[in-house]
Amino acid sequence: MATVEHTPPQTHGEAGDGVRRRDFINIAAVSFAGVGGAVAVAPLLMQAAPSADVLALSSIEVDISKIVPGQGIKTSWRKQPVFIRNLTPAEIQKANEVDVGSLRDPQSLADRTKPGKANWLITLGVCTHLGCVPLGIGEGENRGDYGGYFCPCHGSHYDTAARIRKGPAPKNLHVPDYSFKSDTVVQIG
Amino acid sequence: MSFAWAKPYEPKTPLSKWVDQRLPLPRLVYGAIGGGYPVPRNLNYFWNFGVLAGLALMIQIVTGIVLAMHYYSYTGGAFDSVERIMRDVNAGWVLRYVHQNGASFFFVVVYIHIFRGLYYGSYKAPREMVWLLGLVIYLLMMATAFMGYVLPWGQMSYWGAQVITGFFSAIPVVGEPLRVFILGGYAPDQAALTRFFSLHYLLPFVIAGVTILKIWALHIPGSSNPTGVDVKDEKDTLPFHPYYTAKDGFGIGVALFLFALFVFFFPYSLGHPDNYIEANPLVTPAHIVPEWYFWPFYAILRAFTVDFILPAKLWGVLAMFGSILLLFFLTWLDRSPIRSTSYRPVYRIFFWILVVDILILGWCGVSPAEQPYIAISQIAAAYYFAHFLIILPLVSKFEKPRPLPNSISESVLHGERKESRPYGLAPSGSTTAPQPAE
Repeated sequence: MATVEHTPPQTHGEAGDGVRRRDFINIAAVSFAGVGGAVAVAPLLMQAAPSADVLALSSIEVDISKIVPGQGIKTSWRKQPVFIRNLTPAEIQKANEVDVGSLRDPQSLADRTKPGKANWLITLGVCTHLGCVPLGIGEGENRGDYGGYFCPCHGSHYDTAARIRKGPAPKNLHVPDYSFKSDTVVQIG
Repeated sequence: MSFAWAKPYEPKTPLSKWVDQRLPLPRLVYGAIGGGYPVPRNLNYFWNFGVLAGLALMIQIVTGIVLAMHYYSYTGGAFDSVERIMRDVNAGWVLRYVHQNGASFFFVVVYIHIFRGLYYGSYKAPREMVWLLGLVIYLLMMATAFMGYVLPWGQMSYWGAQVITGFFSAIPVVGEPLRVFILGGYAPDQAALTRFFSLHYLLPFVIAGVTILKIWALHIPGSSNPTGVDVKDEKDTLPFHPYYTAKDGFGIGVALFLFALFVFFFPYSLGHPDNYIEANPLVTPAHIVPEWYFWPFYAILRAFTVDFILPAKLWGVLAMFGSILLLFFLTWLDRSPIRSTSYRPVYRIFFWILVVDILILGWCGVSPAEQPYIAISQIAAAYYFAHFLIILPLVSKFEKPRPLPNSISESVLHGERKESRPYGLAPSGSTTAPQPAE
């Protein structure tokens, strides 16, 4: 320890450009500590992401055999409401009559359903405005101006294909990944 | 800081000047651990452990806050929530291993820190307050560690809570009602678990607060040093930064390497397998042992086996608490004017006997409560008290110390004189002031 400050100024090797050999040690040490610190912080951030047991809830199977045309059910997937609706032929026709190009979020009913299963409209029950649960899936609820879903909180109206038609919501109700396991069972997620 | 040659803080940028006039926090840090704190130039690596203890506290607080985000302080779910942290939470396993082994890391570091203080007389004037605040921190650590150990609600956790709160029932008359009050029930249950969790979260911040007081108290007289000789002039000191920041940085690197070795390769080496059985109030583990850092005290507790005026149970509890409270009076038990044990040939022998005695107590604490361990722990416990109450006062009275160096710088340069005396150095030391590292 005592030798440090008695060492004569070390000028050899550095042609007066102000760069010292100690600068290398400083930079190397601080860089090493910085990388180590960043690695140490990683688990502290990673823990905040959805955990394995939360992700394990990513798929559910729903029996749809009891849903008659004109009715819908509300179920839960990833702790969010999912609307499964059996459209009547009139509702399908009403949805198909709309000029897709005139919509805020242009999608046809066929884009939002599976081929041959156009009557099964499966969407998240989460308004794309601020995340409220729209009305309209239950019997006798307000279905808005277009006969689909209506969010009373901020006044978004969805049509029979659950597309946004009026109000502040920017997007159609989201269609999750799903597939028909059989005619009566649908798997969501 | 009291030394006249301590460099004052000079804000350089307009922003730091603006801040300095309004909230001189950088000034405070500069004076505490920056270039503004002159430190004896002869500190050895034992002086690393204060910083390491601070690091351990920060590791425990940071990982603990995160673990609390995933932990349920509910008797029906606490054990499972810990398992969920290990299996389902992203990186939860490493966070828990760091926290769990971090407690041991903290105690290792603090024990070395305490032994450093014992050996080099850090409890003597003018640093009595630093020592007393350190003991307060140690007591808070013990309480925090105990309550944290209860939280996973395993068999050892549960029965540890049962045993340790049982200490209070040794107190005559009010003991049993006091224990029920502390637990909020007749046995450790929901009320105890919830309050332990709450306090386990709170106390580390109290420790951090007392640590700030302790550093404050330390900076009045300044750091001690291995010779125990007071700082006399500027030659005896170096600015904390960069000299000791660099030295501490290296020590931190080595300590983290050893810590990582435990976390990643031996995470359960310091734990007990019975804590992987969920708490069962109807079945006691065959052998209840505390964590290793309480073993010596546990041995003192169990050393009392016969009633003698007071019940044996009360004696054990009194002795166990007494063994720690004794340290609060160390300043007044050791009357020797010499701080560093390096210059106390007789006390030095007894110091190392004490270290061995405490290790023996620890070994007895982890062994089953049967002979010969009971007899050994009785002798070792008796010696522990004899050391502080009889040997230490007597030795400090009759001992003839070795001659002290005239100054810190002389003691430092003494070793150098044996070499080739480089750079034309005068034998009594150079008059040049310390320079920042170039």
